[in-house]
Amino acid sequence: MTITKSAAVVGTDAVAEAMRQIEPDVVAAYPITPQTAIVETFATMVANGEVNTEMVNVESEHSALSACIGAAGGGARVMTCTSSQGLALMWEMLYIASGLRLPIVMPNVNRTLSAPINIHCDHSDSMGARDSGWIQLYSENSQEAYENTIQAARIAENKEVLLPAMVLLDGFIISHGTERVDFYEDEKVRNFVGEYQPPYTMLDPENPITVGAFDGLYGYFFEFKRAQEEAMKNALKVVKEVGEEFGEKFGKNYGYFETYQLEDAEVALIALGSGAGTTRAAVQQLREEGLKVGMLKLRLFRPFPAEELVKALSHVPVIGVLDRSLTFSGGPGGPVWQEIRSAFYDAENKPQIVSFAYGLGGRDFSPQQAKEAGRMLVEGNFPEGTCYLGLKEEDN
Amino acid sequence: MSKWDIKDINNWSWKKHPLGAIIPEAGTAANYKTGGWRALRPIRDEEKCNHCLICFILCPDTSIIVEDEKVTGFNLQHCKGCGICAYECPRDAIEIVDEAEAASQENQERGNA
Ligand code: SF4
Ligand code: SF4
Repeated sequence: MTITKSAAVVGTDAVAEAMRQIEPDVVAAYPITPQTAIVETFATMVANGEVNTEMVNVESEHSALSACIGAAGGGARVMTCTSSQGLALMWEMLYIASGLRLPIVMPNVNRTLSAPINIHCDHSDSMGARDSGWIQLYSENSQEAYENTIQAARIAENKEVLLPAMVLLDGFIISHGTERVDFYEDEKVRNFVGEYQPPYTMLDPENPITVGAFDGLYGYFFEFKRAQEEAMKNALKVVKEVGEEFGEKFGKNYGYFETYQLEDAEVALIALGSGAGTTRAAVQQLREEGLKVGMLKLRLFRPFPAEELVKALSHVPVIGVLDRSLTFSGGPGGPVWQEIRSAFYDAENKPQIVSFAYGLGGRDFSPQQAKEAGRMLVEGNFPEGTCYLGLKEEDN
Repeated sequence: MSKWDIKDINNWSWKKHPLGAIIPEAGTAANYKTGGWRALRPIRDEEKCNHCLICFILCPDTSIIVEDEKVTGFNLQHCKGCGICAYECPRDAIEIVDEAEAASQENQERGNA
């Protein structure tokens, strides 16, 4: 039996438990709503001696990730966590962590970005960081947040990858929602994660190295970025391998995405995060009404599994993409829609790809909204540009 | 012998550079010629200098060349022309001149020789 305990916990507890089991050498973090409970819970575990981690309390998220980079450059296994404005404050360090190829693992509790100030969920924070060279794994619920965190360490630290990884979970909906989570034995998790072999360390006086040197004179920046892109490509393979191994050890396989009722679907909805749960319920109800609607839940957004997605959706003529953030391009489409559209550019059968926006700033996403989206696709009755689900369009 | 042989680095493909842009060896600043940034150049007056070595101690780029406890010149491959040596010299033995003028004068002298 791999499950040691099943408990009703909030999402932040599930993530803190994964962190305890991974037992990073160093955690430097700063509290921010709605991630705060992760840092608090983990700090309590450290104080109680339940985990052997050097906890560094810093004065900001910029310092949190800076401290993590320093520790990881020293060869330590490092984790942090954040949310929203905190992620935004880490911005310059995000690129430094990935450029230095430090496999820092960071759960990010998705919360929108100000203004206006709003503490609730959407994906603006992490989607904005999509080009920062971090792997991104999205979670539908607390169980997945727990399991994605465990896998993220393995994926990030793989020798062919060595890139930092974010684990995304929806603010409040997952982070503060109480759900049943099955936890695995400490030892099994630890064996799965394995021992970390750092690619380099600044703390070996026998082999001194320089980290973070200036590239302005020789000018090999372009070459380094190309190598980073290759590592991201490798991550695609590694995410799959780690997900399969996770399935062997713990009984639940992980891939790039999950499908529901997709085989014979005539229209499909794509969602990520907790919205996928809502969408699944809507698809179930639409099926009961006789509508051939299917769903694809995207787990991996960086690297983007374009080829596999196109394969999985090749038989569906109409696809609706549910985005929980905007790109402000002035045209249609959130970030997921743009990626999916681009992925299909070379496909033989190009489906119609419809852009839906929902749930900004924590606006409730109801099964009714998801059903409405599904119906619009079936009926071929959708507006040009983006369709905003749950938006107040008219005064009344 | 350098562990990290970068003679050929201009021809390296992206596959050859070390991961994370680290420099896998210490003390490489000597190989890194930064004197080209210089806009001003120090000139020492042999007559005025008493080899107190204050400039040698204070130069941030270790660019004062000393042999047998005597200043013999400047390492212009690393000197940035910051002027600290001139400012600190108790005998006003160092003058800071325009790099471009000094260089063209040097070229002329070389041509005449
Ligand atoms: S500080 Fe002036 S006097 Fe002293 S060694 Fe340098 S140039 Fe000569
Ligand atoms: S000008 Fe500055 S860098 Fe050059 S020798 Fe003097 S102190 Fe050193």
